[in-house]
Amino acid sequence: MSSSVVSARSGARRVSLRAEHPHYGEKVIIAFLFIAAVISVAVTTAIVLALLQPLPRFFSEISIVEFFTATEWSPGFARPQYGVIPIVVGTLMVVVTALSVAIPLGLLSAIYLSEYAPEGVRKTIKPILEVLEGIPTVAVGLFAFFWLRPFIEYLTPWLPWGGLFSTGVAGIAVGLIIVPLISSVADDAMRSVPRALREGAYALGAGKMRVALRVVVPAAFSGIIAAFVLGASRAVGETMVVLLVAGAGSPQLNFNPFEGIQTMTAYIASRATGEIAVGSIVYDTIFAVGALLFTITLAMNMLAIRFVNRFREVYD
Amino acid sequence: MSDSFNKLPARSRFAAAGAGLVVQNRFASADNKGKVSGVLFLSVMLLALTISLVAITAILAWAFVEGRTRLDLDLIFNGPSTVNRATAGFSVAIQGTLQIIAGVIAIIIPLGAGAALYLEQFADKTKWWNRLIELNIQNLAGVPSIVFGILGLAFFVRAPFNLGLVAAAGSATIALLVLPTVILASREAIKAVPSSILEGSLALGATRWQAVWLQVLPAAVPGMLTGVILAVARAIGEAAPLLLVGALTFVTFPPNFFEGGYSALPVLIYQYAGRPQEEFQILAAAGVLLMLVVLFVINSFAIWLRARYERTW
Repeated sequence: MSSSVVSARSGARRVSLRAEHPHYGEKVIIAFLFIAAVISVAVTTAIVLALLQPLPRFFSEISIVEFFTATEWSPGFARPQYGVIPIVVGTLMVVVTALSVAIPLGLLSAIYLSEYAPEGVRKTIKPILEVLEGIPTVAVGLFAFFWLRPFIEYLTPWLPWGGLFSTGVAGIAVGLIIVPLISSVADDAMRSVPRALREGAYALGAGKMRVALRVVVPAAFSGIIAAFVLGASRAVGETMVVLLVAGAGSPQLNFNPFEGIQTMTAYIASRATGEIAVGSIVYDTIFAVGALLFTITLAMNMLAIRFVNRFREVYD
Repeated sequence: MSDSFNKLPARSRFAAAGAGLVVQNRFASADNKGKVSGVLFLSVMLLALTISLVAITAILAWAFVEGRTRLDLDLIFNGPSTVNRATAGFSVAIQGTLQIIAGVIAIIIPLGAGAALYLEQFADKTKWWNRLIELNIQNLAGVPSIVFGILGLAFFVRAPFNLGLVAAAGSATIALLVLPTVILASREAIKAVPSSILEGSLALGATRWQAVWLQVLPAAVPGMLTGVILAVARAIGEAAPLLLVGALTFVTFPPNFFEGGYSALPVLIYQYAGRPQEEFQILAAAGVLLMLVVLFVINSFAIWLRARYERTW
């Protein structure tokens, strides 16, 4: 036994640990995997190209100043106006309403799930919240249009309801959709706060609620902010609910939550479904509004990713 | 502890209990008002959760109450019709959705699994392009679905792919929309396989790809499959991007994947709901219920799959 080791050592042949064959087939497979990963970058590039390509033509006819400052939006009308502010305000109203519903609901649910709920309860409630997230938005939109809006109007007949549509109710419905997103991201953030912080607070005599609100929530703050930003970004991009409940009419600047309004997404959806000529200025508006929408959501997502990463750096 | 406490003479027991009370009062007084507000806070949290649960129940209840008179076989087997309002159904849209889903699955399984395997097993994280791919996938997951509709309109319907307003264009659009979530889920599934499995295989002389293909991938398949199924569930309900790539055309004949108009279940529901006649609104609600039932079955299957094959290493 030992002699063979000695002979191997004294032998002139050096054993190489490299593979005996070059394995070209394997390199091909790995190249394919790399291409699969790169396709996602290609998709982003394609989105940017698709959105940017018609813009030079569009902005050569409509001045960029008019696009961002004029207060009437009526492409395709008899006297078309191309001020994007009304539909941006429409989106903003929906997002603000949605967040004012979803932030308290989502954050309270997250605090309960992460700090209070026994493991069994948690295991039941989380999938149920995922169900809410998985309900198709067209279903939520129809429910909000046929039941929720009439129901809220029935409860509050003194409010100035006008027409079939309501921006405020659209915002509430969008808010319900983003509750699971906010609660799951915030829950993850709070659960990754180290135990030692909680134990320390308990040792100093703090009660459960004090620990949750004064220790865990501040410690997980950047993760919670990321949850809010992701929720807002999702609300900006929500289409079907807004299209159904807030309607796609009313190109006027309108701040009334009890009437309908047009948002950026609803404009794109309603415009693209009609028969419009390719290359016409109305066709180009889809891309101009789409580019604005993409820029806004991209900025929000980048912000959320930064918040999440900063949070990870602190505790990992 | 309580046993030995009970064996003590009564006097000592009283003394100990008194001391305990004093200590308790002493420390509780600091958080005394916390008691009331603690209960209050707990009930507010439970209320918040209840609202979400009520919302789910209300949506189901609405779809059932409004649509119950149309829960018949016509709903599935009849095509859309403006004449026979009472017997119109979703058959054409269901076929459209099935075709779209088949295309989505064919696209997302190789691309999703491939990208996830590359990023988890082969990518050198110090290289900038790999970090770019990762950041890009994270961002892509947050792009609004309607923007994917614009992408589909500009790239698949028109040049360079020039497919026209057909089911294939809808399928490709939806596939790209759900791809980031499939990649993220697949990565989680691969990450959950301990590196000792890979290392053991490598130590026995397997090449990197053999180890990944024969050891890591089989262990990760249930998790990846769960991701694919959830993506399919999402693809079934997506309506917004399909509006832009032609699903809103009113068709009464079964779709062909590469030519002619097509329809999809959520889009036809939206279309029916927009009609003024009450029959169509009832039909829309019945369609919602049908879609929710299908999604419920699919999601339950995914949860079952995850529970059945979940391994703790």
